[in-house]
Amino acid sequence: MAAAATAGSSPGSGPGDSPEGPEAEAPERRRKAHGMLKLYYGLSEGEAAGRPAGPDPLDPTDLNGAHFDPEVYLDKLRRECPLAQLMDSETDMVRQIRALDSDMQTLVYENYNKFISATDTIRKMKNDFRKMEDEMDRLATNMAVITDFSARISATLQDRHERITKLAGVHALLRKLQFLFELPSRLTKCVELGAYGQAVRYQGRAQAVLQQYQHLPSFRAIQDDCQVITARLAQQLRQRFRCGPSSLTPALPPAECVELLLFLAHARGRLEEELRSLEAELGPSPPAPDVLEFTDHGGSGFVGGLCQVAAAYQELFAAQGPAGAEKLAAFTRELGSRYFALVERRLAQEQGGGDNSLLVRALDRFHRRLRAPGALLAAAGLTDAATEIVERVARERLGHHLQGLRAAFLGCLTDVRQALAAPRVAGKEGPGLAELLANVASSILSHIKASLAAVHLFTAKEVSFSNKPYFRGEFCSQGVREGLIVGFIRSMCQTAQSFCDSPGEKGGATPPALLLLLSRLCLDYETATISYILTLTDEQFLVQDQSPVTPVSTLCAEARETARRLLTHYVKVQGLVISQMLRKSVETRDWLSTLEPRNVRAVMKRVVEDTTAIDVQVGLLYEEGVRKAQSSDSSKRTFSVYSSSRQQGRYAPSYTPSAPMDTNLLSNIQKLFSERIDVFSPVEFNKVSVLTGIIKISLKTLLECVRLRTFGRFGLQQVQVDCHFLQLYLWRFVADEELVHLLLDEVVASAALRCPDPVPMEPSVVEVICERG
Amino acid sequence: MEDDAPVIYGLEFQARALTPQTAETDAIRFLVGTQSLKYDNQIHIIDFDDENNMINKKVLLHQAGEIWHISASPADRGVLATCYNRTSDSKVLTCAAVWRMPKELESGSHESPDDSSSTAQTLELLCHLDNTAHGNMACVVWEPMGDGKRIISLADNHILLWDLQESSSQAVLASSASLEGKGQLRFTSGRWSPHHNCTQVATASDTTLRGWDTRSMSQIYCIENAHGQLVRDLDFNPNKQYYLASCGDDCKVKFWDTRNVTEPVKTLEEHSHWVWNVRYNHSHDQLVLTGSSDSRVMLSNMVSISSEPFGHLVDDDDISDQEDHRSEEKSKEPLQDNVIATYEEHEDSVYAVDWSSADPWLFASLSYDGRLVINRVPRALKYHILL
Repeated sequence: MAAAATAGSSPGSGPGDSPEGPEAEAPERRRKAHGMLKLYYGLSEGEAAGRPAGPDPLDPTDLNGAHFDPEVYLDKLRRECPLAQLMDSETDMVRQIRALDSDMQTLVYENYNKFISATDTIRKMKNDFRKMEDEMDRLATNMAVITDFSARISATLQDRHERITKLAGVHALLRKLQFLFELPSRLTKCVELGAYGQAVRYQGRAQAVLQQYQHLPSFRAIQDDCQVITARLAQQLRQRFRCGPSSLTPALPPAECVELLLFLAHARGRLEEELRSLEAELGPSPPAPDVLEFTDHGGSGFVGGLCQVAAAYQELFAAQGPAGAEKLAAFTRELGSRYFALVERRLAQEQGGGDNSLLVRALDRFHRRLRAPGALLAAAGLTDAATEIVERVARERLGHHLQGLRAAFLGCLTDVRQALAAPRVAGKEGPGLAELLANVASSILSHIKASLAAVHLFTAKEVSFSNKPYFRGEFCSQGVREGLIVGFIRSMCQTAQSFCDSPGEKGGATPPALLLLLSRLCLDYETATISYILTLTDEQFLVQDQSPVTPVSTLCAEARETARRLLTHYVKVQGLVISQMLRKSVETRDWLSTLEPRNVRAVMKRVVEDTTAIDVQVGLLYEEGVRKAQSSDSSKRTFSVYSSSRQQGRYAPSYTPSAPMDTNLLSNIQKLFSERIDVFSPVEFNKVSVLTGIIKISLKTLLECVRLRTFGRFGLQQVQVDCHFLQLYLWRFVADEELVHLLLDEVVASAALRCPDPVPMEPSVVEVICERG
Repeated sequence: MEDDAPVIYGLEFQARALTPQTAETDAIRFLVGTQSLKYDNQIHIIDFDDENNMINKKVLLHQAGEIWHISASPADRGVLATCYNRTSDSKVLTCAAVWRMPKELESGSHESPDDSSSTAQTLELLCHLDNTAHGNMACVVWEPMGDGKRIISLADNHILLWDLQESSSQAVLASSASLEGKGQLRFTSGRWSPHHNCTQVATASDTTLRGWDTRSMSQIYCIENAHGQLVRDLDFNPNKQYYLASCGDDCKVKFWDTRNVTEPVKTLEEHSHWVWNVRYNHSHDQLVLTGSSDSRVMLSNMVSISSEPFGHLVDDDDISDQEDHRSEEKSKEPLQDNVIATYEEHEDSVYAVDWSSADPWLFASLSYDGRLVINRVPRALKYHILL
């Protein structure tokens, strides 16, 4: 900064700086000086003056730059310029220094004068201010005195002021009392004179007070008097009304409004009474009279009253025109909404209940009653509101039924679980799966039918609201068909699917039989029940609505998918049970030091037993399914193939030490020709496919487990025996017995590979052992 | 964009053990251990020549027994550990040992493409991991990132931490822990976490996953019933310290956040039989490889739970602005977890898969019939991840 300052004030700018001459130089220089100042005070150069983008500010040879370095500059001059130019620049510089000096002097002189005058002014101001200060002081003391005085005056007047206030209060009270005491006579006079409006106004003013102080006898008397008079007044008025509007309206043009109000106030009183009684009925929920009675009361009491009021009003004040009608409408709306609120509360109590017909009849009465005033009071929108209430109730009813159906379904499931879990009485089979399935299906169907019938009441011909557009269209299609039936079927599928989603370890609670049963149920739904139910629905509720509905095919597809998933899950669960058994049996045995096999191991018998049990179980619900054609003595034939030729062929080379690769080669070549086995593949809806799936899973497990062990000679032979045993019994369950052969071959081959001393047992011996059991 | 065809290599014997040569970061090299009860077992050193798509192999004899598990030292290319069966008078015991391969085989075989069968060399035994007191060795894992001096072995229900001393010629049991509980508890598999300064190890036993702190040898977390059935394998996400993947007999692959052990973060259920192996790619952890006994290898792209859920963050300077822009747009596309490819070259159960330690886009899988298949990540995906 210092460098910049000196550069600014130092005489002379660079030689190339001002070639234009001194007259053009002056403003230019001032601007520069300005720039320097700005720079000094941290303002940016750019915004200071629209200065053209100058030389690089970092250039040390720029005389006006912030980073000007005299040494560098001089150096540069000395180095770059010839002597003549140096001389020139020197004279130039001297000239500029001089010009700057003189400029500075002028500036100093000019400003000196101004400075002196400013000093004078300040001195003068000082004097003036001192004078002013004195005056202000005096003012302050005076003000204090004044405050003091005023305080004293108000203190003296204090008690007198209070007394006056009290007196004024008493006066007002007395006037009010007087008004009260005079009220009866005034009222009478008013009535006599026919100034009904005035009378009503008086009465209105006094009523509240009288009401409040009615425990004092004197006031009580006044009140009684007033009431008598008012009653008379009302009677007179009514009489006048009865005489006919023509005589009334012209007679009392200014009091019209008052009349209206009075009339309405009376009507309101009566109607509120009705509402109160209704509310009382509503009161504690259980002892309330049934909903039919309630709506009857409401209908005859409130709605009837409202009708009368409306009719009378229209008769009397027909001339009022739109303003009057509006008033009536507002009145009706207000009371109507309260009535509806009550009705809704009552209906809400009814929601949980089961009797639909009663509810429908109640709603019908409710709706029918409101049609009369509805015609009269279209503007109040009572009918619309009533229809809305009915619709809402209908919707809630549908929701209620859906819940009911779901609960029924879950109940069925619980029943099935219990039936499945119930200990079997010896000798007597419990209800078979087929029976359970039939029970579940019929009970669900009957529930659905009951719900449909109940809901159908809403659309019955004789019900007054059944011809509303909602009940003819949306209620049938969206409400009943979509919401109730489709919704239920979907939720049923979801519930069923949720059994598959629980992973194996936690889903252990779901008995496999239940999975099977649900799967069959879903399949039945897919094939017949869904379309039956939907046709039934469509017939009962002649759907006129054009809104899109879920087609039967979509639902069927969902049900089928559910059934498939359930069945696949069933296969997995059952497969897991058997494969766990096999796994444990392979893992826990010491295969190296086992004895020569005499028997089929018990676990294999167990496997066959379990498989048979599953076969029976599945057979109860699913059809047989197709299997590959086979000859009647299939077991014999395959056995011979399996245990003699193929088996020998398989591992004969493996213990001829000449060719270590043959085993692999052979098995690889064989694999080339056999298809890949998808172990956990989706199943089809038949018994054979289910059993095939389960057996595939089990045998693959056996294979993997065998590969993890090392076998002694007898261990291998035991495996041979076991596999042959499985072979004998499992082929009949599967679709393609080749599959069982293939897997069992693989097991035996693997065991042979895992055996350091593979000496297979004679096939005939194996056969004998297996036949012995 | 055509993908290169897989390269297949056949071994004469059954095989289950496969590992990349972890310490090698230039050449693509895998080690395979065979299982044969009747012949001398071998370790095949498989060198893959990426340019010519060719395989070179070297065979080492492993006379101690059939190999159930193999793992290579992360520090020394020549050192590896195996778990092998030793059969002696009707008893089978699975032991573990650390070996050194001959020097000239350490770094590939570019010199003489001779017929390997004639010149089978033998491994040099460095030390045994003495397990007489602990039972069968299930697997041996090296400390990742370490200097190759610390290994953990799992023996029945014991987890043993060893220090290798005197250039690995001696293994000293540093500490151990064991699993107590009813039934026969046995570790099936374990992995050493590369995070937390390599102080965590996770193990699988039956259906449970457990995490251990190697300093105190105490359990730090436990995922009960991680799978419906036996857990076969697990792997740590190399880039997200709390994430690990596990697989098992319920055909599922599950991804866990070890801070919340009640629910898996994600479950894959694509295989149709037991999943034996799961491996995260070492650099792009969205790529997960699984091998199963349904004879399939699957490559999945688990973008949503990877460390790059929004695609690769471009920070390379050599990509021009335009490309930069485009790739950013691309990465904003909704990324979905899916199976990228299913490889069906195997005819038998696949028991081992692993990524190459040198090329992040290449992996090998090994089936029981001795078939080793080397595959690459599909190019389209590779470029999608890179760009």
